[in-house]
Amino acid sequence: MKKKIYLTESKRKTITFYLLISPWIIGFLAFVLGPMIISLFMSFTKWDLLTDPKWIGFDNYTKMFGDSLFYQSLKVTFVYSIFSVPLQLILSLAVAMLLNQINWGVKVFRTIYYIPVIVSGVAVMVLWSYIFNPEIGLINQVLKMVGIKGPGWIFDEDWAMTSLVVMSLWNIGGTVVIWLAGLAGVSKDLYESATLDGANKWQLFRFVTLPALSPTLFYNLIMGVIGALQTFNQAYIMTDGGPNNSTLFYNYYLWVNAFDNFEMGYASAMAWILFIIIIILTLIIFKSSSSWVYYESERK
Amino acid sequence: MNYKTTKILWKTFVWIVLIIGTIITLVPLFWMLSTALKSNAEVMQFDMVWWPEDPKWSNFVEAFTTLPFGEWTMNTIFITVFTIIGTLLSCTVVAYGFARFNVRGNKTLFIILLSTMMLPSTVTMIPQFVIFRELDWINTFYPLIVPSFFGNATFIFLLRQFFMTIPTELEDAAKMDGLGTMGILGRIILPMTLPALTTVAIFQFNGAWNDFMGPLIYLSDPDDFTLALGINFFKGENNQVQWNYLMSASVISMLPSLLIFFFGQKYFIQGINLSSGIKG
Repeated sequence: MKKKIYLTESKRKTITFYLLISPWIIGFLAFVLGPMIISLFMSFTKWDLLTDPKWIGFDNYTKMFGDSLFYQSLKVTFVYSIFSVPLQLILSLAVAMLLNQINWGVKVFRTIYYIPVIVSGVAVMVLWSYIFNPEIGLINQVLKMVGIKGPGWIFDEDWAMTSLVVMSLWNIGGTVVIWLAGLAGVSKDLYESATLDGANKWQLFRFVTLPALSPTLFYNLIMGVIGALQTFNQAYIMTDGGPNNSTLFYNYYLWVNAFDNFEMGYASAMAWILFIIIIILTLIIFKSSSSWVYYESERK
Repeated sequence: MNYKTTKILWKTFVWIVLIIGTIITLVPLFWMLSTALKSNAEVMQFDMVWWPEDPKWSNFVEAFTTLPFGEWTMNTIFITVFTIIGTLLSCTVVAYGFARFNVRGNKTLFIILLSTMMLPSTVTMIPQFVIFRELDWINTFYPLIVPSFFGNATFIFLLRQFFMTIPTELEDAAKMDGLGTMGILGRIILPMTLPALTTVAIFQFNGAWNDFMGPLIYLSDPDDFTLALGINFFKGENNQVQWNYLMSASVISMLPSLLIFFFGQKYFIQGINLSSGIKG
């Protein structure tokens, strides 16, 4: 005899919830948590994928302290982040503010500025390696027309980093769109009352626009930093980390260790150090945010 | 100078700056197209050739016949289509769960979901490679397709935000009429969610189409390459890069993304606004 089981409403809800999200839970266990545990374990071993992994304790982590290329990759990644993220933020905010000044044509400009984000990928990096070509590339040919002999760009170790930062500024369309959404949310009343109080343009920007945009800045800053710290494609496709390791990005060096040198343990340890760095930086930004991020609801 | 002149001058200044920005944005792409149409001699010329004298449209054919770009395109389409299907199926269901079932565990799991977005991909990259190697999935498309059937944190977040904006009255009514959860999701929610689903599909299309690291890890046989890998392969293969062919292949590889963008622009804007937590 079949016995019908009666579940309370809340129990049924709970079961449905877990059934619905089960794909993500399985995926999380199989592709995130599981691999994280394996990765942590691997970081304490020496493993070339062919022979059995050998437990070596903290050796991979101590090895980093004596590895000059590790320091170089940290330096390259930090320098890139410190220049590209703020410059991207400032430039994209400036573009968004200018777009906010005009009455028509905003959509056309927004579309055009967003195109580089759409086409981002290998094709764009290949295009930029061509643009940066010292002899036949676009930049140096234009410079030559005005009588300047351009540098070697990505082929010159003193210019390679600058080149990649310049390239990153071409890609600000996504951030511009986010700024525009933020600007649309700034209350008009605030502008009016500040203007009545005699605020000039700079004061309006500094004391009305900027605080109102601070949640947007917060979001853009965190996403920008996390993204910049994980730069890989530029180094792999355009520079091979060179010349003379001047663009040896952290993730590129990690990749070389994993898939060229087959140092799976060392590469895993490097991945964890990067994770820790990202956590610390994010925490710093989060902690500091209480003093510079203003939410509309708090003012009420 | 009176108020009106200042205003006109300022507007002119704004327009000039915006137009300069437009030129800087578009010139590299124009240059790509012009190079794609140049003859071998024109590419190597040291003096500026803005537009080839006799545009060689045959370069596109040339690029596709000297290397298997046709096959690479098919591979890319195959992978992209299946990841879009997987993403839409899994993310919709999961996001609906997070949006509508306020039970114990929901909040905690949602925070875990959000925090996985911060995890650098390299932490899981190597173990995933090891796992897929154990499964004998290296040099197959499985490692690139299968994970998409298990949800993607960003898209789940985006869809959940969208579901939250839909009032629950309709669902309550449907429940009274005896419709089950999947029925409600399929017949009531999905039709209203089409714009958000289109947004997810478009973003997933771009992600899969342009993905480089994934194919780079799992595909080593040139027959299996995606367009992204193929273009990089083409660049590295010759010491003397044939820029005109390389650029024509690049133009082709960008075309689908560009077309989708021009026709589906509002979905992009909506997606960006939703995922950055700002009302669209």
